[in-house]
Amino acid sequence: MALDKPYKDVPGTTIFDAEQSRLGYHLNQFCMSLMKAENRARFKADERKYLNDWPMSEEQKQAVLARDLNRCIELGGNIYFLAKLGATDGRSFQYMAASMTGMTQQQYAQMMLEGGRSPEGNRRVGEERKGKPGG
Amino acid sequence: MWAKSGKASPVASISASVYTSHIPAIGAALDLGKTAEPYWQPVFSGYQRSKEWMAKHVPDAIVLVYNDHATAFSLDLVPTFAIGTGERFMPADEGWGARPVPEVLGHPELAAHIAHSVIQDDFDLTIVNRMDVDHGLTVPLSLMFGQPSAWPCRVIPFAVNVVLYPVPSGRRCWNLGRAIRKAIALYDEPLKVQVWGTGGMSHQLQGPRAGLINREFDQSFLDRLIADPEGLAQMPHVDYVREAGSEGIELVMWLIARGAMSDRAPTVVHRFYHVPASNTAVGHLILENNE
Repeated sequence: MALDKPYKDVPGTTIFDAEQSRLGYHLNQFCMSLMKAENRARFKADERKYLNDWPMSEEQKQAVLARDLNRCIELGGNIYFLAKLGATDGRSFQYMAASMTGMTQQQYAQMMLEGGRSPEGNRRVGEERKGKPGG
Repeated sequence: MWAKSGKASPVASISASVYTSHIPAIGAALDLGKTAEPYWQPVFSGYQRSKEWMAKHVPDAIVLVYNDHATAFSLDLVPTFAIGTGERFMPADEGWGARPVPEVLGHPELAAHIAHSVIQDDFDLTIVNRMDVDHGLTVPLSLMFGQPSAWPCRVIPFAVNVVLYPVPSGRRCWNLGRAIRKAIALYDEPLKVQVWGTGGMSHQLQGPRAGLINREFDQSFLDRLIADPEGLAQMPHVDYVREAGSEGIELVMWLIARGAMSDRAPTVVHRFYHVPASNTAVGHLILENNE
């Protein structure tokens, strides 16, 4: 009998559960390695070479190289681990968050100043949108 | 027969509970001297009254419930509940250098006592003698105590996994708070203890839905945490995710602190709510315990 995962229909959201964690173990541990300055330097010097030392899938490596955070998450990445990749690039958390929404950092920051993304229309896949655009 | 004094032997007691978001950008704003900037001023002014109250109500120890954000715990090891029984805990380097805040002195005797009692009450705590503590623990200390050269009391780190699902349910967190309350009441020293619950409020940091904020949910959560915490504890995980964002699930940690309070209605000392701080809604409560 299948496990109960009622969060699967939340739009634009991948819950980092035990299954995602299994898929993303090496991807996330690679990110964790970037907590050390010497590893950051080695990664920046030759990203592909550094990634090849990790038993990650080719898709995961490509997603990291492209800094495609949504794809990284789909492939088992978790945002708190991926944040270390952003920090290595000198990017703020808000820049990373914006990059996943298709907005510029400025647009995203403005949305937050205006009270954030509305939950209206964003609770379930297929729910009718009544909120403001982008919300 | 020997005469009895008639006095109950002195034991520890819970004087208050504190609830607050632990947003890393708040710590950075404080550390970089930006608290008076227009963006940050409303956040820090909301904690002014808290600091004044705190100065008059410094406890002997704080059980500080928080979550680690891939700092002390990588995917090599993910404990659901972990209690720090060590003598000291260093502020972690989370990739930008460690925050310039004092080291955290633990309370090994009380922590070991709580661990013993709570494990006997069927909660499986992981015992941690060495770990660094990240913004989840240090930002609440900064918000409540400001920038002292040493924290004015002992702090027992109590880490909860809210990163890797399934995370503990609200009901389990509430009952854990009950077990912590019982443990503290069995400690043979008249310590004043506060229990803090941190994290939240509504926020989502990942995916196309990042930036979700739900004021109505947050305000209702604060109302119910005060007046109907046991009912609130029945709320399933998926409601947090839908209504408060994937990282809004951190709010279950507030139920541990609330569960540690007595059954009598608490005194609401302070309540504060503000949007935004970086990606997140800021929520804050101080409740005094009425035995």
